[in-house]
Amino acid sequence: MVSPPSPGRLAFGACVFFAFALMLAPVVTVMAISVFRQEIVSFPPPGFTLEWYANAWQRQEFARGFLSSLQVALLATLVGVPLGTAAAFALVRARPPGGSALNTLLLGPLAVPGVVAGTALYMFYLRAEFWLDRDITSTLEGLVAAHALLTIPWTVRLVTASLQGLDLSVEEAAANLGARPFTVFRRVTLPAMRPGIIAACLFSFIQSFENLELSLLLVGPGRTTLPVAMLNYLEFRIDPTLAAVATVQILLVGALMLVTDRFVSIARVV
Amino acid sequence: MGRLVLEALGKRYGASTAVERVDLDVSQGEMVALLGPSGCGKTTTLRMVAGFVPPTAGRVLIGGEDVTRKPPHARDTGMVFQSYALFPHMDVASNVAFGLEMRRVGRAERDARVREALRLVRLDSLDERLPRQLSGGQQQRVALARALVVNPSVFLLDEPLSNLDAKLRGEVRMEIRALQRRLGLTTLIVTHDQEEALTMADRLVVMERGRVRQVGTAEDLYERPADPFVAGFVGRCNLVEGAPEGPGAFRAASGALLPCADAAPSAAGPSVLAIRPEHVAVSPAADGAARITAVTYLGAQTEYHVELDGTALLAVRPTPAAGDPLRRLAPGDPAALDWDRSVARLLPLADSTGKGPDA
Repeated sequence: MVSPPSPGRLAFGACVFFAFALMLAPVVTVMAISVFRQEIVSFPPPGFTLEWYANAWQRQEFARGFLSSLQVALLATLVGVPLGTAAAFALVRARPPGGSALNTLLLGPLAVPGVVAGTALYMFYLRAEFWLDRDITSTLEGLVAAHALLTIPWTVRLVTASLQGLDLSVEEAAANLGARPFTVFRRVTLPAMRPGIIAACLFSFIQSFENLELSLLLVGPGRTTLPVAMLNYLEFRIDPTLAAVATVQILLVGALMLVTDRFVSIARVV
Repeated sequence: MGRLVLEALGKRYGASTAVERVDLDVSQGEMVALLGPSGCGKTTTLRMVAGFVPPTAGRVLIGGEDVTRKPPHARDTGMVFQSYALFPHMDVASNVAFGLEMRRVGRAERDARVREALRLVRLDSLDERLPRQLSGGQQQRVALARALVVNPSVFLLDEPLSNLDAKLRGEVRMEIRALQRRLGLTTLIVTHDQEEALTMADRLVVMERGRVRQVGTAEDLYERPADPFVAGFVGRCNLVEGAPEGPGAFRAASGALLPCADAAPSAAGPSVLAIRPEHVAVSPAADGAARITAVTYLGAQTEYHVELDGTALLAVRPTPAAGDPLRRLAPGDPAALDWDRSVARLLPLADSTGKGPDA
């Protein structure tokens, strides 16, 4: 016999359910709308269709936006994660004076509203263009540099956490057994950092891939990222095509998280 | 294989001194314990031998070779860490094989030696487990196997038993000692547990505040302590401050007159009388000068807390038989104390009187 749950447990269960419902509602709504037949969203839907996916596919700006978002996100991850990892390693191991202030500074980009950071970067880039006498805004390099800024705080946090979990005496044990400093790093320290680095790559990629605010002022003609392309489309039309594009994005990110979770348990790292 | 020699080894951190000066000669196959309260410099000394802490004075010699300036990986010591420090991402066999891999031992020989080492610590069936899948005692044995498999010149143990429960501690203590004897390992063990040191080591080094207080066998330290700190740290001891008064008598600071061994001429001034609790005989006596303050029954033994003219003393006796009048002694009763004069030793009043392990 299972005894009936107490009122407290029931209330707790209801709260948990409500929290999940609240988080998932927008995602589920978007995915549902993407297959509604009618152009103006209404309930109940008059029928279902995959037409919007076909439409999204045919419109060049989404396909191109997808590719350029992919490119920028990969490059930003490739640039930002090594930088953030090096910073995290130095912060945890060398304990430089003012380390905690430095740590806060590195997490800074998370605290600045995206539009503000984007505007500031834009103005900075214009000034830099003047001094360097070369294009920076609307170049791939400029966009990647801006997105690398997004990836660093995540990387620093995740890698720091994984390094702090490593007992220093484990490295000493390796040295004691005859491992030279670089071998200690390769065989002991790096494996300990690995889950943090993998998670950092994932989050960096997602951060960059879905970023709208920073990109808004920095994208150039022919190099529009997917979120910016979606915003542009929205200026002229509202139909479920956007929901279809968003659904593809959601599925991509979801798949990435699932794949990553097979290698490192994300719940344990974050 | 080697003899370990520490010559005037010292370590300062800026103005503070972690280790003042340690001179020690551990011969081949000998096991020496560094014993002392936390902060006495014993772990720093061990870490200087392993090469993790660069000494600011003196030398470390292993097998006659000066290794003072060598990095840890070039020293050929095998260390067991307090936290075991197993590689969390490697299974048991890979953990044990690591040192052999670093020494470029071929695969076939490596596997054979890993198996042998795991058999030695009775873990041969667990070679594919990860450290987190093992109990504390098993992790401890993996750490032992990992350090032993490379045949280190010097075997170093840093509080190896402190994370085990009491029962396991006793077992592992015996196992480590048996292994160390069988393999003839030159061993340095750090511990704050005097029982551990007394039962495992051939010789003990008692340290306090970065200084070596006394080096000797368990008997030396217990029966002939050099100063009040050692007397109080190794075993329990009544330590009474005062000054010798004539031959065979000691006047405690509180005023009590106590019988003692004849004072050496040098020990004329203020000094400390040291007498082990088991050497103090208590007997009920209506006209006795002492008074019982507490009696603690401990089964095989009974502790009597006694006051004699303002001086508190502890006596430990085998619990008397049921009919014995001693059995009826209760707090407040008068009693007589007695001890053989020769067991009450006069010790020099140290600059800092030791207060025992929990001080």
